[in-house]
Amino acid sequence: MKAKIVITPKKAVLDPQGKTVQTALEHMGYEGVKAVHVGKYLEIELEGDAESWRPKIDEACHKLLSNPVIEDYHFTIE
Amino acid sequence: MRFVILQFPGSNCDQDCVHVLGNVLGQDADYLWHKQESIGDADAVVVPGGFSYGDYLRTGSIAQFSPVMKAVKAFANSGGLVIGICNGFQILCECGLLPGALVRNRSLQFRCEHVFLKVPTADSPFTREVPEGKVLRVPIAHGEGCYFADEETLAKLQANERILFQYTTEAGELTDGANPNGSLLNIAGICNEGRNICGMMPHPERASEDILGEDDGRLVFEGMLRHLEAGAGLGQAAVTEA
Repeated sequence: MKAKIVITPKKAVLDPQGKTVQTALEHMGYEGVKAVHVGKYLEIELEGDAESWRPKIDEACHKLLSNPVIEDYHFTIE
Repeated sequence: MRFVILQFPGSNCDQDCVHVLGNVLGQDADYLWHKQESIGDADAVVVPGGFSYGDYLRTGSIAQFSPVMKAVKAFANSGGLVIGICNGFQILCECGLLPGALVRNRSLQFRCEHVFLKVPTADSPFTREVPEGKVLRVPIAHGEGCYFADEETLAKLQANERILFQYTTEAGELTDGANPNGSLLNIAGICNEGRNICGMMPHPERASEDILGEDDGRLVFEGMLRHLEAGAGLGQAAVTEA
């Protein structure tokens, strides 16, 4: 069983990496790229019951894995 | 006065701070390994620059959970004097002692150069020795120094005069060109509401001696020292508890 966590920069926060990747994609000739956001992906291998892990992973995301001032996160456990 | 300078795996400005506080200012200055659970009888704490825990995950994010940080938080919350420089500023933001966060420089470049800093207020232990109107010249060296906070937080920082250092031109003008990293409001350093905790991206410890070409940074440490000598802002209660 794994928790799969995706962390992305908040909309209000400057994302120069995303902007740079977007420009590179445009230079490659891809048309219609509206925006790119560069974030993080984490996999945590777990044992035990998925439902009891859910609040703990949420807490870990809030306290350590993401910074709520600048990032949003969502995750699945499967 | 007794200063402790924290050491995390990856700290690399700790020696400079010990040198300035110990040899230049003649104070007791000692390293404190991050696994220690007490800061002892320290009068002030320095969280130095570097790359604690290799900057893994986010800058400063892992260091906030080192054992020593619990004691530092208790000390800071009871009025103890704490300064975080560069990575130390990132750590203080991550652990919630200071608001906001430091994100990747807008240019995506690691910037290592001298900057000019305006000091908008002398009303803090860290800026009290800076003569009114003086523009400081101090080096920076960081890749993630772009200060970000939401509008409400920025408004509070401004209203309470908690912005201690701002990137400016040599003449002290706030311009985009003088901002090396894209920080909102050109913020280079701030303090908490109680004015006893300071975080700043520039390195005053690298500009504290004439022989190095400039000594404007020494004013920051001298301010802390004068504040302590005046007997204000001691966090000894927390130290005994911790």
